[in-house]
Amino acid sequence: MNGSARQRALTVSLLQRADLWRQADRRARRLARGRGDDAADATRLADDYRLLAHDLARVRVLMPDSRTREFLEAAYARAHATLHHGAWRIGSAVLTLLREELPAVVRWLSPYILWSTAIFALAVIGGYALVWRYPELIALFASPDLIASVERGQLWTEGLLNIVPSSVLSVQILANNIVVSLFAYCAGFLFGLGTLYILGLNGLMLGAVFAFVSLHGLRAQLLAFIVAHGCVELSVMCLSGAAGAAVGEALIRPAQAGRIESFRVAALRSGKLLFACALLLVGSGMLEGYVSPNPRFALWARVAIGVSYWLVMIALLSGWLFGRRARRALP
Amino acid sequence: MSEAAPGLTVDSVTGIDVSLPVAGPGARAYAFLVDWHIRVILALGWFVCGALFYNGRFNVTPPLISDARWFGAVVAPALTIYFLYHHAVELAMRGSTPGKRMAGVRIVARDGGAPSAGALLTRNVFRLVDSLPLCYGVGLITVVLTRDNLRIGDMAAGTLLVFEQAEARLPTPAGDAHRAGRLDAAGAEIVAELLERWSALQPEARVRLARQVLARYGSESGESGDDEAAWRTRLERLARPR
Repeated sequence: MNGSARQRALTVSLLQRADLWRQADRRARRLARGRGDDAADATRLADDYRLLAHDLARVRVLMPDSRTREFLEAAYARAHATLHHGAWRIGSAVLTLLREELPAVVRWLSPYILWSTAIFALAVIGGYALVWRYPELIALFASPDLIASVERGQLWTEGLLNIVPSSVLSVQILANNIVVSLFAYCAGFLFGLGTLYILGLNGLMLGAVFAFVSLHGLRAQLLAFIVAHGCVELSVMCLSGAAGAAVGEALIRPAQAGRIESFRVAALRSGKLLFACALLLVGSGMLEGYVSPNPRFALWARVAIGVSYWLVMIALLSGWLFGRRARRALP
Repeated sequence: MSEAAPGLTVDSVTGIDVSLPVAGPGARAYAFLVDWHIRVILALGWFVCGALFYNGRFNVTPPLISDARWFGAVVAPALTIYFLYHHAVELAMRGSTPGKRMAGVRIVARDGGAPSAGALLTRNVFRLVDSLPLCYGVGLITVVLTRDNLRIGDMAAGTLLVFEQAEARLPTPAGDAHRAGRLDAAGAEIVAELLERWSALQPEARVRLARQVLARYGSESGESGDDEAAWRTRLERLARPR
């Protein structure tokens, strides 16, 4: 048998398997869509995968520019994806994240958390010192309404609930805080400079406003306003700054094979912390809407709420809140 | 076949690599525009229906003073639909959206499998950067400049957008003519494809293509003039086993 005849015979025998390919493709599509638990079906998919791989290898040689090859490439890719995708159990994935992965991420990020907290604290002190020394600079950090209100001897937060209902206020605040927190993380893409900018700016604003209200004798009122929600809100700001800093450092000093790979690993790993940050910001948004502007809450109650919520945050980040299992010692 | 698009090649346990053609800026933009229209329609639809229910008459204007019911039932859900559309739909459809389906693309992990929930969320969080300064400027530039057409969200999540090839079909009668020995595999496909697309072609194009195919594959002689039906019959005869 000469080469051409042999090739023709091989092609004929291949094309006779077209029905098997169609069946394999249909099965892969069906299993990719559904949540089937039929073991026999899954076994048949593995057989299909081998069949498609075998036939595709031949078609790539015998019929490289054909629609048959196009079909087999697509069917093989589909079978590969269906066979290799893991189980999709959102509930258990979230529980594992909160119990096991989050504490590990926090441990990994601890140097970044320390640094971002230090940067934030320095910015607060800087903003405070700046406005304490040059009060007119408050115009750089605060809105004219806020300045006018403080100059009248009144905090801008007084009577807030007469204008906006607590629920609306909470949702507006938590949405804004979550966006800022996510920005602090994503801005790490600019080699960490974006994160530094967001941390620094927020710190300067906080310090400046504190200095300004102190100059007008309103510091105690402002502290009373922020103590319930601020403990967690400011901590979350530092946490998301730490996540952004890790992303930035991965780009500046890549630890993995390449810069992009290093960025991917850092972003995916530190991004887990953002999930916890978003959850915590929902809680502090609620406190800021319902507790902080409400004059019926005494100072001791606000402090108790603020500290308790901060302890809840620590419990969440260390995995205790969701019953983290004790690590077994290695034999 | 058209010129090969840049692709992702994934090693497989079978030893035969999986080849996935990567989607470019055009397919991405098409998918995004379809999804954008869907989420705008859904969000606006919710807003209008909610406002009509809230007001109890044919009027969608908001109340003069801020009201928790208006905000909770009308504004917040509409904004949630608009801003969390991609997060929710990609999670529910495992890396696809209606727009991506229409564009024939889907998100895959770098191993060719479905991306994890964490990867999908990370990919969407980075839309904040990709959408800067406006109209996805940063994302578009990185898609054009990177080899695998990646936006920053894809780089962060380790995902890419590939063509699904959902429409790739086997030419139905391809095997028959080939088995009969009159056509090679490519010829059988060309004849099958021409017959499939017959009704969609212009009459002159039908005759011209049929004439070329029959001349090339040495069909039995005989001129059919401009009689389309005759040309089609001759093609069908060529494709049928004897």
